[in-house]
Amino acid sequence: MVGRPEPSPGLLRRLDDLARAAFPAVCAAVLMIMASGPTGLPTLVPAVALPCIIFWSIFRPGAMPPPAVAVLALLQDLLTLAPLGTGVVTLLVAHGLAVAWRRFLVRQSFVFVWLAFCGFAIGTAGLGWMLTALLAWDLPAPAPSLHQAALSAGLYPAFAFVLGRIHTAMRQAEETV
Amino acid sequence: MIRLSIPLRQALSRLSLPVLIAVAFGTMLLGKADALLAERARTALADALMPFYAAFAEPAHAVRDAIEELEQLFVMREENARLREENERLRRWQAAALSLEAENAMLRRQLSFVPERAPAYHTARVVADGGGVYARAVLLSIPPEMQVRRGQIALDERGFVGRVTEVGNRSARVLLATDMNSRIPVTLEGSRARAMMVGTNGARPRLQHWAEGSRPAEGERIVTSAEGVAFPAGLPIGVVRWTESGTAEVELFARLDRLDVVRLFDFGLGGILPPEAVARPEPRGRR
Repeated sequence: MVGRPEPSPGLLRRLDDLARAAFPAVCAAVLMIMASGPTGLPTLVPAVALPCIIFWSIFRPGAMPPPAVAVLALLQDLLTLAPLGTGVVTLLVAHGLAVAWRRFLVRQSFVFVWLAFCGFAIGTAGLGWMLTALLAWDLPAPAPSLHQAALSAGLYPAFAFVLGRIHTAMRQAEETV
Repeated sequence: MIRLSIPLRQALSRLSLPVLIAVAFGTMLLGKADALLAERARTALADALMPFYAAFAEPAHAVRDAIEELEQLFVMREENARLREENERLRRWQAAALSLEAENAMLRRQLSFVPERAPAYHTARVVADGGGVYARAVLLSIPPEMQVRRGQIALDERGFVGRVTEVGNRSARVLLATDMNSRIPVTLEGSRARAMMVGTNGARPRLQHWAEGSRPAEGERIVTSAEGVAFPAGLPIGVVRWTESGTAEVELFARLDRLDVVRLFDFGLGGILPPEAVARPEPRGRR
């Protein structure tokens, strides 16, 4: 192999790679926009964003780099009426923690990952609440944050099921190539 | 694509998260400092997403409509059962009505009953009350083309009001049932007994001259009697009320204290008419 450059990949192959790399972030963005649509619930947006980001951060961090997380979080802040930037901070912190612990989490069973995700949900909700309180210099009601945490924790298994299937399909596609 | 050395790339990727978090804090402060910025960004995003929402709304509407239709289907089943039951009930009523109709036809044939034609009536506006020789009377404004006779019967929307006693070119006077001079032959609807209703100038005329043994019952309906050929039978007048002192009075259906429009019926009856001479102004010739 030394000295012989790898043959340059074909167009279809490159498109395939690109699609695979872009899928997680684009899929999360589309889901968030759909959740914020006139037929969806606005509180659903953070509950959709968090499972997607955490799942891909743990199982495929290459497909969910920090800039993508930042863009998704900004989209979340704009779609919901949260103070601009709070979502970005909380999701980036959650992403960083998930990436840091991923070596340990990947090997655990589904239920354990779910429990860890519950911790993430509560943590992000708490951090978001704290930042909102700090920005407004006033204590907002804690109930909406708790609802949001419970909603995203409850939605995680469904997301994990579908995204897990997609993830295995992607891995198979990569191995066969 | 800019080619970077591997250590530099690793350093950059390691740095990107803290830098981004710092930028996020900056965004937070910026959003706090300039609230309008966030609003503008939100509006721009909503504008950009509008076509997407519109496209997404179509299938969502379709799904919602389908669900609603499904719900209606379930409701329809229930409603169908209810309607069937109701239909059954109505069919029984229809049978009853048909048998009654047949019976009615048979009885009419046997009685050679001639149905009355629907009486013609005009509507006239009450323009004044009181005045004239009567204590309880109203003056009606009559358009010139309307034919009004003495002896016509006035009813409001609820029941009997009185009789026309004087007719001018553009006005007519109606003697109300409550006037002292009013004597109306009546029938007690339940017992078919005859009596006279006598005005007292009070709100409730008295009931007099009923036959022995047919004492009017409290709350019994009073209708006109055809006796004396002044009234057709069966016009609703009021109900019987016994006072504490033991006199039978009639609570009229008509609201005589607030008459504004009355209907003048011409039943073509010419029974006992009030005397011609009573303060009747000579009709003036038309100019």
